[in-house]
Amino acid sequence: MAEPSPILAAEGISLRFGGVRALTDVSFHVNRGEIFSIIGPNGAGKTSMVNCISGRYRPTEGRVLFDGQDITRIGTNRRAALGLGRTFQNLALFGHMSVLDNIMVGRHHLLKTGFLRGMLYWVGGAQQEELAHRREVEEIIDFLEIQHVRKAPAGTLPYGLRKRVELARAVALKPKLILLDEPMAGMNLEEKEDMARFVVDLNEEWGMTVLMIEHDMGVVMDISHRVMVLDFGRKIAEGRPEEVLADPHVRRAYLGEADEVTQPAEEVV
Amino acid sequence: MDLSLLLQLTLNGLIVGALYGVVAMSFVLIYKASQVVNFAQGEFLLVGAWVCWWFLVDWQLPFWAGFLFTLAFMTLFGLVLQVVVLRPLIGEPVISVIMATIGLGIFFQALMKWIFGVFAKPFPPIFAVERVSVMGLEVQTVYLVSLGISLAIMLGFAWFFTASKHGLAMRATAFDQQVAQSLGVSVPRVFAMSWAISAVVSAVAGVVVGVVNGVSSALSFYGIKVFPAVILGGLDSILGAVLGGIIVGLLENWAHYIDSQWLNWGNMFQIAPFYALVLILLIKPYGLFGTRNIERV
Repeated sequence: MAEPSPILAAEGISLRFGGVRALTDVSFHVNRGEIFSIIGPNGAGKTSMVNCISGRYRPTEGRVLFDGQDITRIGTNRRAALGLGRTFQNLALFGHMSVLDNIMVGRHHLLKTGFLRGMLYWVGGAQQEELAHRREVEEIIDFLEIQHVRKAPAGTLPYGLRKRVELARAVALKPKLILLDEPMAGMNLEEKEDMARFVVDLNEEWGMTVLMIEHDMGVVMDISHRVMVLDFGRKIAEGRPEEVLADPHVRRAYLGEADEVTQPAEEVV
Repeated sequence: MDLSLLLQLTLNGLIVGALYGVVAMSFVLIYKASQVVNFAQGEFLLVGAWVCWWFLVDWQLPFWAGFLFTLAFMTLFGLVLQVVVLRPLIGEPVISVIMATIGLGIFFQALMKWIFGVFAKPFPPIFAVERVSVMGLEVQTVYLVSLGISLAIMLGFAWFFTASKHGLAMRATAFDQQVAQSLGVSVPRVFAMSWAISAVVSAVAGVVVGVVNGVSSALSFYGIKVFPAVILGGLDSILGAVLGGIIVGLLENWAHYIDSQWLNWGNMFQIAPFYALVLILLIKPYGLFGTRNIERV
């Protein structure tokens, strides 16, 4: 590879739950500044892969390198501090908290003022710090267009907005790499287009590297720089979207076709 | 009808109830953060009171110094307890964890008796004036101060949970540990912190009660009184714990009034809160402010 060192590299990841092989010897890397998507049929191991990266699961074999550092054995919360943010497939907002508080939790590791200094609010610098954080949080809120609901309890919002708040919370971590687990699941066309635009802006304007799982092939093919395809826990293809679409293994996994490719690639979408 | 007695008992009820509320709050704190039902909460009061007594009597420290040392000791006590005893039990069945806390309670109960003896021992006098009169009612100075302390602790809790970094982390952890972790919150640290804070706050209540009644193993009854308060308010509501505590305090004293005026049964005040508990749970099974857990299948 001619590019500078990848921000994330997974090397020979296998994950077993007892006799079930969720992932078998999967290797891939994500380059700095790209949008990288993982696709595959249901149960292919996409979320398992993301969980291995975020620290929820520990791979049975293989290792995960983030920013050149081996993070296979370190805890989830330390990974967040290193610059790895994520959203969840099933919404995981703190329902009773306001949108603002939800986002402030995302800044947990960036808040330096501890308990004692916090009590000396004005002299200890806590006020200054809070102002600075609030400014950045407001910037994120503006960017994701959720100004009008910032004080509302997150649990009361409609689905599409909640997805956006969850994204805002992950962005508040200031991650170098953000993991999005099905950011557009269950959305209507308009919401999907909005979300796709946010992801592209995050990538292009905020300079965040994105690793995304998504089922909507139209979106994936439109905005991804590279795509990896998993099937039954194995990697069956990786490359630019049009290369992957043309791959006979992929077509077989998705359409159950025989080896020969008979249809033009567009119709797979 | 003895109206002044009724007023006096009502005031007592409020003050004692505020103390129950404080202990109930520290109980709920542990439950919310780490899902442990702590049957050793009463022993936190006991240990705190004895340690403070020890600093004041054996070391002859002035009250403020002894009190601060007690708080420091209890911080360590809570941390060590969580790290050594309860951390290894994370993920074990609820019943094992409960048995462990019951064991802790018995252990500290016995340890305190072994070290300090079985008889109640009074604190050295702390306030120059022992009783003051408020609008014609006799009130012990300690109780008035304790009411102030209780209110301060409650306000402190409110501030801590709404405005501080760690309070926010604790609420996030209570809601979903996985998600909190993915946002950079260290869950083991949150657990340890909740135990430390709970131990400190309970010890404050223990010292106050100790100053009034003398220190003895009777203090650990507060751990039992906390249950009606907490369940009344809803297991996972801090505000509910405070109100539950005050309700229990008032019920006790009103029951005492009714008993002394008309019934003469002798110990109504001890059981009245539990009757009320049964009644309220019949109507509101999740407590007054508890989260409804409805599972759809």
